[in-house]
Amino acid sequence: MTKVLIVAEHDGSALNPSTAKCVSCAAAIDGAEIDIVVLAAATADIAAQAAEIDSVSRVLTIERAENEKSITAVLAPQIAAIAGDYSHILGPSTTFGKDLMPHVAALLGVNQVSDIMTVENSHTFKRPVYAGNAIVTVEAPEGSTVVATVRVASWQAANGGNSAAIAAVDAPAELPTHTRYIGLESAASDRPDLQTAARVVAGGRALGSEEQFGLIYQLADALGAGVGASRAAVDAGFCPNELQVGQTGKIIAPDLYIAIGISGAIQHVTGIKDAGTIVAINKDEEAPIFEVADIGMVGDLFQILPELIAAVK
Amino acid sequence: MDKIIVGLKRVVDYNVRVQVKSDGSGVETDGVKMSINPFDEIALEEALRIKESGAATEVVAVSIGTSESQQQLRTGLAMGADRAILVTVDGDIDPLSIARVFKALADKENAGLVMLGKQAIDGDNSQVAQMLSAIWGRPQATFASGVTIEGDSARVVREVDAGLETVEVDLPAVLSVDLRLNEPRYVKLPDIMKAKKKPLDEVPLADLGIEPGPPIKELKYAAPEGRQRGVTVDDVAGLVAALKDKGLV
Ligand SMILES: Cc1cc2nc3c(=O)[nH]c(=O)nc-3n(C[C@H](O)[C@H](O)[C@H](O)COP(=O)(O)OP(=O)(O)OC[C@H]3O[C@@H](n4cnc5c(N)ncnc54)[C@H](O)[C@@H]3O)c2cc1C
Ligand SMILES: Nc1ncnc2c1ncn2[C@@H]1O[C@H](COP(=O)(O)O)[C@@H](O)[C@H]1O
Repeated sequence: MTKVLIVAEHDGSALNPSTAKCVSCAAAIDGAEIDIVVLAAATADIAAQAAEIDSVSRVLTIERAENEKSITAVLAPQIAAIAGDYSHILGPSTTFGKDLMPHVAALLGVNQVSDIMTVENSHTFKRPVYAGNAIVTVEAPEGSTVVATVRVASWQAANGGNSAAIAAVDAPAELPTHTRYIGLESAASDRPDLQTAARVVAGGRALGSEEQFGLIYQLADALGAGVGASRAAVDAGFCPNELQVGQTGKIIAPDLYIAIGISGAIQHVTGIKDAGTIVAINKDEEAPIFEVADIGMVGDLFQILPELIAAVK
Repeated sequence: MDKIIVGLKRVVDYNVRVQVKSDGSGVETDGVKMSINPFDEIALEEALRIKESGAATEVVAVSIGTSESQQQLRTGLAMGADRAILVTVDGDIDPLSIARVFKALADKENAGLVMLGKQAIDGDNSQVAQMLSAIWGRPQATFASGVTIEGDSARVVREVDAGLETVEVDLPAVLSVDLRLNEPRYVKLPDIMKAKKKPLDEVPLADLGIEPGPPIKELKYAAPEGRQRGVTVDDVAGLVAALKDKGLV
């Protein structure tokens, strides 16, 4: 029997879209029966959102005060406690899932399949290695639980409209107190979320300063787009770290990605390979970003951007 | 805190454009430049700074691999690690077994911190630190971009999707480090000379009582589907027209 448990990602009230993407991956496994588990201090709202996702059989809730913040050392033993019923346990390859799932795997004594791109069969998957420069087909051992993360940029979110059963479950586990959550510093904005935005405008080192990076926000706002950045732009302090796109940042797949003053290093390009259309604006016609761009424009961004912003407004 | 253990993995240098072998058995490594995994260099730099601040007394660099990994350990010693341990294996072993090696050494050395990279840039697994936390029963703080030791605990700033999260962990603990934590120091020639005299012990995996578990088997490597170079536009009007054409504005 193929029974898949998906660990829901949420912020305490809203379900993260990465969860519905994990459901799509699970549904690609033949004959899979799919459950979602929600661990939170208050699970009702989140579980209700999870129950709407297509193909889901049941939503399990584990409600404990200790689950208010996602601390892996606290969550993992509870997931391990209910793992016995499942052949597969999946989480998203977001920082939440990357932190949690290998810990769950080790508690179960297995290795993890990281970043599933495609499902070949119940134990065989494709995943990227070497910053996406190679794709490897891997096979998890038969007879032990498959623990894996799902490369969210490779999967569309499953549809809504379902009304799966919701049930509270007991997950007896002793929880450690050696790890304490202190706080989160987040540059809140009304712009579309980088990981799910249909359009993304991204700036690189060439923007030169935090002030001039404002041009990127202006173009993004004119297009209703999310904002991304290269590592160099984040390192230089032009914008916050959560905007970084690439091997060590976010892997995204918007319909439209506009790279401005970004050279196109492999580590950056690996984060946008699945974008629908890539547009590059760069003053160096030899810049590697043009090798992957569907539409390229050679020129000085400081001349082009004001004109482009005016044109799309 | 007495000791900090740092993991240094030998990997294909990040500047190399890796090529998949034509028979699909792996990637080309013959004659390819090998280096310390960039994240691990940052972990070592941070460990050295913690020691220099007086919060630790010894930094031990550890690699699991073939004898070729001595090269990376020597570089680590030249950067300032006090001694090195090479746990010898024939080829690659699975992340869970690597975590078991770090657990065995952390116990043996009575380590206060184990500092690893957030991911090895060859397999891009991002697993070992989290697995070590699980089997060691000690806290993990992954993707660290800020570390402050405060007596028996550490305050760690983590780069997460939503921004910068701060957690406090009791020591001993395992950290995995991100690129913005620090800028590693350059190795100077006299340090390379000095490093030759520092101890580098070799320990076969079996001596630690570890049997590698069943790995995730790699069946076949392939090159990724490439993207094609598209059109070039001359001006903003042309750009807007091309976007309109695709229904994107
Ligand atoms: C292990 C590792 C992981 C990494 N992970 C990531 C990652 O996740 N994401 C990431 O982005 N990078 C990552 N990097 C860094 C990556 O290798 C590059 O250094 C980085 O992407 C470069 O950023 P950039 O393109 O903004 O800067 P540069 O490479 O400096 O490029 C700037 C570009 O702007 C152009 N330009 C300059 N002035 C103008 C102008 N006026 N108008 C138009 N164009 C102009 C230049 O021609 C140039 O092409 C990683 C590196 C390592 C080693
Ligand atoms: N063979 C190895 N030798 C030393 N350290 C390793 C080895 N493999 C993994 N590590 C450490 O674990 C981190 C994460 O690796 P991974 O989970 O494989 O992505 C690396 O950055 C290293 O610090």
